[in-house]
Amino acid sequence: MSQPVLEVKQLRKSYGSEVVLEDISFSVPVHTATVFIGSSGSGKSTLLRCINLLDQIDDGSIVLDGEDITAVDADVDKVRRKLGIVFQSFNLFPHMKVIDNITLAPMKVQGISKEIARENAYKLLDRFGLHDKAENYPDRLSGGQQQRVAIIRSIAVAPRLLLLDEITSALDPVLVNEVLSTVRDLKIEGMTMVLATHEMGFAKQVADEVCFLHHGKILEWGTPAQILEAPQQPETKEFLKRVHEAGRL
Amino acid sequence: MSNEIGRPSESDSGAAPYNFGGVWVPSELEIARRAARRTRNTRNSIIAIFSSIVVIGGLALIAVTSPGWKSLSDTFFAWAYGVEVLPKIILGFGTNVTLTLIASTCVAILGLSIALIRTSRSPALAPFRILATLYVDIFRGIPMLLVILLVGFGIPALRIQGLTNNVLVLGTIAVIITYTAYVAEVIRSGILTIHPSQRAAARSLGLSHFQSLRYVVLPQAFRRVTPPLLNDLVALIKDTGLVSILGVTDAVRAAQIASSRSFNYTPYVMAAIIFLLVTIPLTRFTDRTLRRSIERQNATGVA
Repeated sequence: MSQPVLEVKQLRKSYGSEVVLEDISFSVPVHTATVFIGSSGSGKSTLLRCINLLDQIDDGSIVLDGEDITAVDADVDKVRRKLGIVFQSFNLFPHMKVIDNITLAPMKVQGISKEIARENAYKLLDRFGLHDKAENYPDRLSGGQQQRVAIIRSIAVAPRLLLLDEITSALDPVLVNEVLSTVRDLKIEGMTMVLATHEMGFAKQVADEVCFLHHGKILEWGTPAQILEAPQQPETKEFLKRVHEAGRL
Repeated sequence: MSNEIGRPSESDSGAAPYNFGGVWVPSELEIARRAARRTRNTRNSIIAIFSSIVVIGGLALIAVTSPGWKSLSDTFFAWAYGVEVLPKIILGFGTNVTLTLIASTCVAILGLSIALIRTSRSPALAPFRILATLYVDIFRGIPMLLVILLVGFGIPALRIQGLTNNVLVLGTIAVIITYTAYVAEVIRSGILTIHPSQRAAARSLGLSHFQSLRYVVLPQAFRRVTPPLLNDLVALIKDTGLVSILGVTDAVRAAQIASSRSFNYTPYVMAAIIFLLVTIPLTRFTDRTLRRSIERQNATGVA
């Protein structure tokens, strides 16, 4: 097996005196998806923000493609070019058309010409059935369409690793499916991913590994079948029971 | 594919078919409602017209029949004299326009720079941040007339070689100093209203701090502050009249000269009218821009 795309070692993160993440270690092999589950406030989003260097970590290290991106001399902008992140709240740029949202980073960060960037963007839009939305502004799109555009925007720079932070939490049930099927397509094409989600059914489908995060610690990890169907820890059982009651499984 | 919106066509509706294509005839009730609405509207218009005539006409009548009306109109509304001095006032107004154009350009550039310095986090810029804050605090809190006097009379008093004594230049500088402080604050507030998640999204795509500002934050910030900036432009146009205190022959000064020669105040009224001819359309334009920007913001749905 070749070296993992991402390796997180003994990561620790706190806000003031409140410890949010403690002793987090895991690795993500290429073409696999690691899914983090856990109740709100368990530290899922913080973990993804730390990996993307949007939040500073307090200890430990994060290794991307064999390179320690938390090293003293790491080039933050260069690291972020290898990572894509999709947020819960889409965060599209409202003053730009869909096509310009997608081509901004390829043009300005990677220095690709406008023609080629647009051509690539249209290919992606075609593939995800959003071709006719290219010239629209984000506020003319439904929530599901906006989130799909956000996904396309983050994969347009061909990242090594895609981080998905509860990307369906702001959507109504009907729109959730179109977004999840987009992610499923990416998985099939071999995108390496780290996800935080509340959609257990979806986790079961795309995850190669599921980690249960509880009060900032990875309490239990394993294959989707192990964690979601035969959890060992009482906290995991309790969490899954509550999710089940909420009708999300 | 059907192009119709909303209505189900007869074929795919399980309910008894309803002929939407036929000619719609309003019901008795609707006709009665419309008639009642029409009557009410007519009555409202009549009341509005009548009360306007009574109030405004009454005020005008009181003014015109008052004992002082004759001397008032002779002093302020001597139109023949007003037209006579009009060319000089218009010539002076050219100075106001030039001053506005130069000042607004400089203010835009300097105001943006100061707003950027104040919102930056770079440690190297720390001293500039302190200076910029101090500058804004001071010049936003001093009456502009004082700044004009200080710059216009103070700088020539230094007698430093190479510094200009031209009152027009000094007056323009004073206006720029004051308005830069206002505009910098407007732009800064605009930058601060852009949600941090926008910057996070830009940075996560690999854009540098400067690129995020240039392509993501500033374009949105400017859209939000366009109405208040236009407001400041209207204020700037009329405040250029204040440099007349230094002896600059602008519209105000030209009117002052004309009026002191004849002890008639019509030139002032003429100058006021000229200012209004520019500021009122600009104010209307500002209102429209503001309305549009509110509509645009309301149209923006979730997140």
